[in-house]
Amino acid sequence: MGIYLLCLLLFCLGIYCVLRKRNIIKIIIGIIIAEYAVNLFFVLVAYRMNGRAPILSPDTTITNMVDPLPHALVLTAIVISLASTALLVAIAMRIYEKYGTFDITKIKELKG
Amino acid sequence: MSREHKKGMSLIVKTITRLTVGLILLYGIYIILHGHVSPGGGFAGGVIIALSFVHLMLAYGKETALRKVSRSAASFFESVGATLFLLIALLGFTGGYFFLNFLGKGEPFKLFSAGIIPLCNIAISLKVGAGLFAIFVALVVLNLDSEK
Amino acid sequence: MVELYILLIFMIVGAIIAIEVKDLLSSVVAVGAVGLGLSIVFLILKAPDVAITQLVVEILALIILIRATLKKDLPFSTSGRWMLNTFITVCFIGVFLFIANKCLKDLPEFGYPIMRVAGNYLKNGLSQTGATNFVSSVILDYRAFDTLGEATVLFTAVIGVLAIVRRVGRKKDSEKLEEEE
Repeated sequence: MGIYLLCLLLFCLGIYCVLRKRNIIKIIIGIIIAEYAVNLFFVLVAYRMNGRAPILSPDTTITNMVDPLPHALVLTAIVISLASTALLVAIAMRIYEKYGTFDITKIKELKG
Repeated sequence: MSREHKKGMSLIVKTITRLTVGLILLYGIYIILHGHVSPGGGFAGGVIIALSFVHLMLAYGKETALRKVSRSAASFFESVGATLFLLIALLGFTGGYFFLNFLGKGEPFKLFSAGIIPLCNIAISLKVGAGLFAIFVALVVLNLDSEK
Repeated sequence: MVELYILLIFMIVGAIIAIEVKDLLSSVVAVGAVGLGLSIVFLILKAPDVAITQLVVEILALIILIRATLKKDLPFSTSGRWMLNTFITVCFIGVFLFIANKCLKDLPEFGYPIMRVAGNYLKNGLSQTGATNFVSSVILDYRAFDTLGEATVLFTAVIGVLAIVRRVGRKKDSEKLEEEE
């Protein structure tokens, strides 16, 4: 149970970074850390004590495999998170080009 | 040294890149083709292939990498990957339903087995690799003139 | 399981450094350390597919983030309602952790998953799909719709990046007049 709490603490660090920091790159970093924590939580739920990786081998029969379903979900989520990070970075670079700063409190005229 | 050699990084980096970039590409293709037998698959292999071209671009400058794969070629390959994946899924209707494994299962632990799974891996790797390379090219090349 | 705790604490320390350090490049490098630690954790948790993908994706994300932060100085501002904002954020995190601690009792214990669906996959996977890597068979055969949706999201993200970054576009009439003058 303690390991779940450590994982949630990592998630809370990401949330803190998103809510509290004012630099856009720091906000992107917070989102990345929160994504890491969520992926880690899925894989932690899937783990089986003294389990083996979910891959058959030709000569031995393996009975205690870990759960392959969350692995599949996390595998797609990681690639999506990379694409969304690239999208966020593109928007941040555009904002820097227009306003000359990464500080979100200095960015006015957000409307229109 | 000619003018071409002045772009990109230093001579040491270029020599090491020339030796390793082919190996990285081969490793990506290996990961894709053995995705149904061993760890790996289309996602990891596609990202590795994109990384090999990114490696080339970081070491040699953008002209050399864009001569190998231009931006329009990257967009073309991404569309081909998406269409191929959808086509494989639609071909399942010949036997009954969407995403039917209509090919033969084959013998386990062999390269040519598991029906449509290797074909889907190839399609996904084309899509992921070309898409991420297109993102990287767009982020690196097109914003250079605004920073000068 | 001691190494798991050590790696998690290493990741938390790396995350704190990444959040609190002033220099943006150091912050990005600290995020890279967190991601590589996560990759090793996946390997210990017997998920080699996820570990490979996390490793390569981490490298590419690091390159993109370094591209965004190079040669850009940042003025840090800590002005404004510093105490109030921090207090509200810490309160939110405390409430979140408290409720999570209550909810975690309903989860299965760590190391003993239920595996009702996955047991079926593991039992019949080889005869139904022919693939020996069960993660691959789940991605591309049992749950291929998930992968189709992922491909759509990736396509949308690529189109979004290309549309945001491109230079040419329609201009308003007033801008055209200014250029002509």
